[in-house]
Amino acid sequence: TSVAMAVACCRGLLSPFCGRLRAGPRARLRSVVAAASPPLYDVVVSGGGMVGSAMAAVLGHDIHFHDKKIALLEAGPRKEYDHVPDSYSNRVSSISPGSATLLSSFGAWDHVCSLRLKPFRRMQVWDACSEAMIVFEKDDLDDMGYIVENDVIMSALTKQLDAVADRVEVFYRSRAVGYTWPLPSHSCDTSPWVQIELADGRRLQTKLLIGADGHNSVVRKEAKIKNIEHRYDQSAVVATLHLSEATDNNVAWQRFLPTGPIALLPLSDTASSLVWSTSHEHASELLSMDEESFVDSINSAFWSNVNHSDFIDAAGAMFRSAISLLKPSGTAVRQLPPSVAKVDPESRAMFPLGMGHATEYVQHRVALIGDAAHRVHPLAGQGVNLGFGDIACLAHHLSAAAFNGGDLGSLKHLLKFETERQRHNISLITAIDVLKRLYSTRLAPLVLLRTWGLQATNALPPVKVRI
Amino acid sequence: QLSPFRVTVKRLFSTSHSSVDSKEMKKFQLLAHKWWDEEGEFSALHSMNDIRVPFIRDSLLNMSRNYHLGNPLAGVKILDVGCGGGLLSEPLGRLGASVTGIDPLEDNIRTADQHKSFDPVLAKRIQYKSSSLEEMVEESMETFDVIVASEVVEHVADLEMFIKCCSQVLKPEGSLFITTINKTQLSYVLGILVAEKIMGIVPEGTHEWEKFVPPEELEHLLEANGFSVKTVNGMLYNPLSGSWSWMESASVNYAVHAVKSGAQGQSSPTDALSEVESEQPSATTGTAL
Repeated sequence: TSVAMAVACCRGLLSPFCGRLRAGPRARLRSVVAAASPPLYDVVVSGGGMVGSAMAAVLGHDIHFHDKKIALLEAGPRKEYDHVPDSYSNRVSSISPGSATLLSSFGAWDHVCSLRLKPFRRMQVWDACSEAMIVFEKDDLDDMGYIVENDVIMSALTKQLDAVADRVEVFYRSRAVGYTWPLPSHSCDTSPWVQIELADGRRLQTKLLIGADGHNSVVRKEAKIKNIEHRYDQSAVVATLHLSEATDNNVAWQRFLPTGPIALLPLSDTASSLVWSTSHEHASELLSMDEESFVDSINSAFWSNVNHSDFIDAAGAMFRSAISLLKPSGTAVRQLPPSVAKVDPESRAMFPLGMGHATEYVQHRVALIGDAAHRVHPLAGQGVNLGFGDIACLAHHLSAAAFNGGDLGSLKHLLKFETERQRHNISLITAIDVLKRLYSTRLAPLVLLRTWGLQATNALPPVKVRI
Repeated sequence: QLSPFRVTVKRLFSTSHSSVDSKEMKKFQLLAHKWWDEEGEFSALHSMNDIRVPFIRDSLLNMSRNYHLGNPLAGVKILDVGCGGGLLSEPLGRLGASVTGIDPLEDNIRTADQHKSFDPVLAKRIQYKSSSLEEMVEESMETFDVIVASEVVEHVADLEMFIKCCSQVLKPEGSLFITTINKTQLSYVLGILVAEKIMGIVPEGTHEWEKFVPPEELEHLLEANGFSVKTVNGMLYNPLSGSWSWMESASVNYAVHAVKSGAQGQSSPTDALSEVESEQPSATTGTAL
């Protein structure tokens, strides 16, 4: 049947206009070759991390994609577990309520809840060089966000991909090594689809390629999309910590040290996850020191006032009294972060940090999402949430295009996705980069600026809500 | 499947009563391979899909009882008259319909065939034929659930005959969708002066104001030939954004949805006497979809 169809296609293409050969034994051979042409998918997502897997799952569950073919390419093995291991994984993410909504739209959030997560209600951010502090919390005592282990999210996504296995084909242990881009759509002879070659020699074709392959995206490089990138002189140290005493632990803590921010993210009433961004040398030291010294460094980072200067303290206090005259409710109660007792052995790790932003998110038949499009410093806990935001936007446009019978790879709707997301992302990415640089110094003028800035921001509800 | 040669011979001997205008054909011949350049001469037609496809889709879904949102036009047989390079046939095919696209110009059919050939799903769902509507009538009496004639009636030689042929080829209670241009001062200014001569949105000479069709005339012809006009909507093209939108007034472009009356009207089967052959079992409700 497929051979017959291919023969019919060949014969249909016999026209002087395109200069093909007449039917004959040669053409028969060619038609056999044509029948073996690579399988054609409507969408291929390259990269099976949290963002890539969620993208494939969202499309797979979309009603307008009911009879479409989707493929997900993941270089690693399948990740799933039915019950969580006793110890926590050291890679966690702060999931915003918006991301949680996306995940529940296709049933993944239920799996996350049944495995393990920690909601938090409050976020306290303060400076090591002054008393300035800002507290974020929702008026209605709702959850501000959730701390979830990345493995838990992956397991939930894998389950939901299984649920739509008739539409979404997942290729594990498959890495794409080459992409061939089509010429603009009105050209005659060549295939209009994107050709993908896998490491094991298999080939696929697709109408739309979504690059979700991380900050070193191969899709982005092969598509020759320029990337503005910058390596920070920092690495992040992660670890799983056990607190000195059990507490409600529903607050996320972050202190800006001159070397970089240190954050404590709640995992349970007795455990928290550490994300400490600091210089490469300090990070290596932290990894190699013994566990007791490591715990001491953490406690001292949160509690010590060695970086305060009298000048700044006085200036800060003065500003604070000025604010309390103008706006009595503008200063919040300072809570004290918990102290750490021990660290999980084997849970310490480090990875280098950088920022990146692709100048274009889309091209004909290509779209970038997640870290492939933008990479940020973890200080704001936004990385994966930006990726989930990309998914919600792209899926919305693709779903509408599918319901209009449109060509999924068409720039018309891809550009709408790009404009919406760039508008949203650029200001946030820039703000995070600026914050990172602003807080990387002990210089008095800048410290004063950020001290007053932080105090003012804390007092102004409209600004806080936007953040 | 007719070979191109046979159809050409057939046309030479066709009667002078044809809805195909040979002058019009010459105009489109020159552009036959430019159909699929989304930014080229046909860009306004490409972007018109953003409103005409939902219009067709939603009108049909509103009349239907069972459909699946993942494959909304499954089982619907559509005839796309004056399909050109297949710009409208392809989205309808993607929504699940079986589409037959006809166009008197062979080069257009070649372009359309070539374009669909790379997508196996479309290649199966869409069939193109170089043919006029009259030629379809003999072989395809009451075969189609839907006919679309988009941006076509302003190019035909005999509009009433065109509508009669549509009626013959359409099943009872089948739908006819037409998009075309009104014949007003405004349509001359916008549709010809601005669109063709000033901004080059449409290739010059594509349209002749004399052949534009006012909606009143179209409605009258439709009602006189067994159709009931359900909707008339004005359309507006924004040249700055390159996009179309719906508009209250039909003074420039407009779209029409008309339904062919059932074999026995809407009353009981005893009301049988009608000209339409009732070789099919009695028109049951909602059969078209």
